[in-house]
Amino acid sequence: MSADNQVIISVKDLKKHYNDGDIKALDGISTDIKKGEVVVIIGPSGSGKSTFLRSLNLLERPTSGTITFEGQDINDPSCDINLLRQNMGMVFQHFNLFPHLTILRNMTIAPMKLHGLPKEVAEKKAKELLARVGLEDRASSYPSQLSGGQKQRIAIVRALAMDPDVMLFDEPTSALDPEMVGEVLDVMKGLAKDGMTMVVVTHEMGFAREVASRVIFMDDGVILAEGTPDEIFNDPDNDRLRTFLAKVL
Amino acid sequence: MIRSRFCKNCGLKVTGEDSVCPSCKAALPPLVPENPAGKAQKIFLFGLLSLILFWFPLAGIVLSVIALCFWTSNNGIVRNIAKAKTGRILAIIGLICSIISNAFTILVMSVGNLSIWAEETWEGIVGWALDIPADFENNFITDDRYQYIFKGLGITFEVTIFAALLGIALGVIVALIRSSYDTLKEELRGGFGKKFLSFLNKLCGLYLTVIRGTPVVVQLMIAYFVIFVSSNNKVLVAVLAFGFNSGAYVAEIIRGGIMSIDKGQFEAGRSLGFGYVRTMAFIIVPQAFKTVLPALANEFIVLIKETSVSGYIGLQELTKGGDIIRSRTYSAFMPLIAVAVIYLVIVIFFSKLVSMLERRLKKSER
Repeated sequence: MSADNQVIISVKDLKKHYNDGDIKALDGISTDIKKGEVVVIIGPSGSGKSTFLRSLNLLERPTSGTITFEGQDINDPSCDINLLRQNMGMVFQHFNLFPHLTILRNMTIAPMKLHGLPKEVAEKKAKELLARVGLEDRASSYPSQLSGGQKQRIAIVRALAMDPDVMLFDEPTSALDPEMVGEVLDVMKGLAKDGMTMVVVTHEMGFAREVASRVIFMDDGVILAEGTPDEIFNDPDNDRLRTFLAKVL
Repeated sequence: MIRSRFCKNCGLKVTGEDSVCPSCKAALPPLVPENPAGKAQKIFLFGLLSLILFWFPLAGIVLSVIALCFWTSNNGIVRNIAKAKTGRILAIIGLICSIISNAFTILVMSVGNLSIWAEETWEGIVGWALDIPADFENNFITDDRYQYIFKGLGITFEVTIFAALLGIALGVIVALIRSSYDTLKEELRGGFGKKFLSFLNKLCGLYLTVIRGTPVVVQLMIAYFVIFVSSNNKVLVAVLAFGFNSGAYVAEIIRGGIMSIDKGQFEAGRSLGFGYVRTMAFIIVPQAFKTVLPALANEFIVLIKETSVSGYIGLQELTKGGDIIRSRTYSAFMPLIAVAVIYLVIVIFFSKLVSMLERRLKKSER
């Protein structure tokens, strides 16, 4: 594909300060995310990983800096945030499925209301996605009837049902029982293989090593190291990164 | 005990021995027959009283026997712990009953002249019982007085239902303004929209403070005697006053419901691309509705009962209707008890309805 190297998200000098600059959650982040790339962000708690990810679809409003998504400055007042978010799927740590809706309705409500899909079409698509993650028999269940791993898989396909260009994952396996982490990571690996552009905040170093095309190490609101998994894990050139890896590996 | 009758013609309460009404000279119903108060009667009465007094120790004995049965069933081995617990509780109740009854008996004995006390009680009970049909007729049938109750009930319903509708409409609007100000004040980039929302928010805050800080009776009277001086439509004034009052409470109930929904739900909706309004409509409000339903139902029950103060502006609703009958017949028991029973029946019926609805809503989630 000729568009392989096309930059899809461009972040320049992104800052997010709280309490008039007393707390600097993000302190000057710059990076480009290309189409088809799987960017994994690692780092200790409170390093600003999640804030960075949430800034990408404006769940956090940056204090300064620019984020360009598909050529559009998203912090510009003329930018339609809702349209932007339709093109950016997001998966949360705590799943955030809608408990009052069935699984099928969870997946069809956004395509039907926002894309104007007829019910049958949206449901057909949702069922295909459900089959992809092996949960087609759960279509009429409610979220409270599912296990954590199942909920997270549903959350992923709910985002996919909108056909986003980018998928953002905010610690998708952190709230799961250990034996359920695998099934969720498998779905994400499948997505990566299909060429989805993904930005993943995670503590799963195995996943980062195996799937990432680029790993970003963040601490104290800045990017300390960036590179291929090989460079980051096997040949870390940053002291802070080395101590971090020594603790988590 | 002063024995009394009511003139069927003019409704006057007659306490003397006259055979005709002192005011309109119509014939009075016969006086309650005098208690012969012979010896046999006294013995019978004493027996009856002892039976009543005996009832407590009897209950104690019966309950204790039941408790013993529970205790000793299965050859003394307590198989059913729940039953054993019930038995223990029953035994304790029996014990308390016995103590109370013994204390009561000693008290009555020591007070002294039992026979006088018994005689008066007899006349009281029998006289009252014999009075019931006449009392009923006098309070409800004569001059079609039941109409006060019926029409009053209609007006109570009218005021309650329209005030509830107004209250819910106002409450939802105020709650949405206040909660959207809370969530959107970060997102809005200033300019007219933010200023306007901030102004509305302050206005709603003022409304809540004033309404919740003053008694509803005062609000009602201000509405009738100050604000709508020129209006003679008491029902409309009552609807507006109670509606505005209820709106403040409903607003806080709904805002509480919206705030009780996990913030992640809101973010999930927004991240799918729903705007603020649609996220509220499809995701937050349906969930919040379930949480606030019991509190809303309670607010409605409070409202029904609160309308009883409408008499302050002379609106003839249910309570006022009963009160008018009382002022005509000089007998308080029948009309006031009737009014109380009607309120009670309405509230019980409504509570049942709501718990049915709650069960249905819960089912959709399992």
